[in-house]
Amino acid sequence: MIELWIEGVGIFAPGLIGWEQAAAVLAGQQPYAPAAPPKLVPALLPADVRRRTTDHIRLAVEVAGEAVRHAQADAAALWSVFATSESDGAISHNICEEVAKAVPEVSPTRFHNSVTNAPAGYWCMAVQSQAPSTSLSGFDASFGTGLIEAGVQVGAERCSVLLVAHDAPFPEPLHSVRPMSALFGAALVLTPARSARSLARLLVNIEPTLHALSRMADADLDGLRTGNPAARVLPLLAALARREPTDLFLPYVHSQALRVNVQPA
Amino acid sequence: MTPLVLTRFTAVNALGRGNAAVLEALTAARSGLRPCTFEKVRLETWVGEVAGLDELRVCERLAEFDCRNNRLAELTLEQDGFAAGIALARKKYGPRRIAVILGTSTSGILETEHAYRQRDPQTGALPASYRFATTHNLYASTDFVRRYLELEGPAVMISTACSSSAKVFASAWRLIEQGLCDAVVVGGVDSLCQNTLYGFASLDLVGREPCRPCDAQRGGISIGEAAGFALLERPEQAASHSGVALLGYGESSDAYHMSTPHPEGAGAALAMQRALVCAALAPQTIDYINMHGTASQVNDSMEDKAISTVFGTHTACSSTKGWTGHALGAAGITEAVISALCIQNGLRPGCLNTHAIDPSFTSQVLLTNQSGVVQRVLSNSFGFGGSNCSLIFGAHP
Repeated sequence: MIELWIEGVGIFAPGLIGWEQAAAVLAGQQPYAPAAPPKLVPALLPADVRRRTTDHIRLAVEVAGEAVRHAQADAAALWSVFATSESDGAISHNICEEVAKAVPEVSPTRFHNSVTNAPAGYWCMAVQSQAPSTSLSGFDASFGTGLIEAGVQVGAERCSVLLVAHDAPFPEPLHSVRPMSALFGAALVLTPARSARSLARLLVNIEPTLHALSRMADADLDGLRTGNPAARVLPLLAALARREPTDLFLPYVHSQALRVNVQPA
Repeated sequence: MTPLVLTRFTAVNALGRGNAAVLEALTAARSGLRPCTFEKVRLETWVGEVAGLDELRVCERLAEFDCRNNRLAELTLEQDGFAAGIALARKKYGPRRIAVILGTSTSGILETEHAYRQRDPQTGALPASYRFATTHNLYASTDFVRRYLELEGPAVMISTACSSSAKVFASAWRLIEQGLCDAVVVGGVDSLCQNTLYGFASLDLVGREPCRPCDAQRGGISIGEAAGFALLERPEQAASHSGVALLGYGESSDAYHMSTPHPEGAGAALAMQRALVCAALAPQTIDYINMHGTASQVNDSMEDKAISTVFGTHTACSSTKGWTGHALGAAGITEAVISALCIQNGLRPGCLNTHAIDPSFTSQVLLTNQSGVVQRVLSNSFGFGGSNCSLIFGAHP
């Protein structure tokens, strides 16, 4: 079993812009009203850097920055885990389109932004962090695999970890074979011990038997949850927003589940 | 940290199939690099291609996973009795207690490249035969390997560019230390594709001749493809093992630039220092450093500075990429296996293809193979985005 404490949250998705607004929606105090999200302009990226990035990168940096501000954490000292099912779909599409041509011309900036750890690289540059950073994937269970990696880092290294889950829809024709309904990014600051800033304690176990996964009560929010791998975190964020002790089941690899006990601090 | 033994390990790369082929080529100073004839790539460069992948298919029961990356994975799992050894471990621990942690940079994106050349001229749709989740997706090869080996423990794909399959060792140690599993299949697989060939060419990082790490006249990297796997266990739980153990790991971030390392190697030095601290070893206890050594101007220069900073100027070091090429997401595991072979066989390889060491270098770069006792090896892997990982392997009785 892994024990973790949450000190900060960041979120950016249609109808869920920032933790303060999202918490009110997820706690049922405001209706969920999905709308096209505003342009992503993460304050941590200077304009000249921002121009060289993609929406996928800006999404990850935006939610990471919010979670760290919320936790009042020392950003440079945090280890980080970036979980994504598909990395940067727009770049994959562009480069595959280019190399299908007789004379391919791949953009060097696009190529170096194509690595799965590009968001992590921009994050570390933005906050001048030399701490270890891991980018990983577990397909639809990417958030679950990220939570396990972040959890064992917290437990084994006794460090605080920034966990970011982020995915955005592919353009066509890849959208048809791997559809996502909307972009979704969320971030958590996870620590090994309780502090005055702790929001909740998490106990995480890999569930040995098949178990029904937790869903969102609101049909539109549940559509968002199933429409993007990163949004599988939503039941956890809803439990944080409601500030109620909760046992959750989140998707893990090969149809297993993570049992996550959420205890408000 | 408490060491983990490599119960068994194996590799396939441009040098051949399995440990004996890799060791034989290293000993004979025979490179696996050839002029690039991959698909219809119009680049004047050399690559480390694995022979015979076009003719292979993955096993029937996992046919939906068939692609170059998974063919390479399966081919490698069948070398050196690796899959058979995992079957024994599965009986001992149970399938839920063995994790699979692999690294890749581009997974099976070659399938998508093929599909993009066969799009419907009217609708732009991809051909009906195209399978996404089992080929292109980053997790596909981890899913394939854990199904092939019939394992049900924790599983993940790490993708941090060229440090991917070095970082798997750190993640594996943490999973075992935290009790989430008893043993871990670590490894990596990356196969040739046009994304990386044209991508590295766009950055002027691809050499026109076989790569010459640390050479004064080095002209860039030779891209390779490779796979490798190792089974990690606690020494007291392994009935028999390879005689090599993971003694330490160090991870760091450059926080400097997306595709250029810090010129003084600050992040690289930090990763090596952290690995030494993790292993509780002094720098002079390391007998050989297997460099990242891509043969790009900036990498080799900064790595020389970083090694000199941490180790001084007397620790023997070299890059083996003149043999295998740069296998990107599989470079970490490829060079972990080479490090283990060096310990088992008392070998310190030179830099193949390298004629004259860059006169600005101060570290002890080897030009030719040396034999003698090799107790401990540090292996470096550095990636785009400033992702660094150093591993320390040592002889374990």
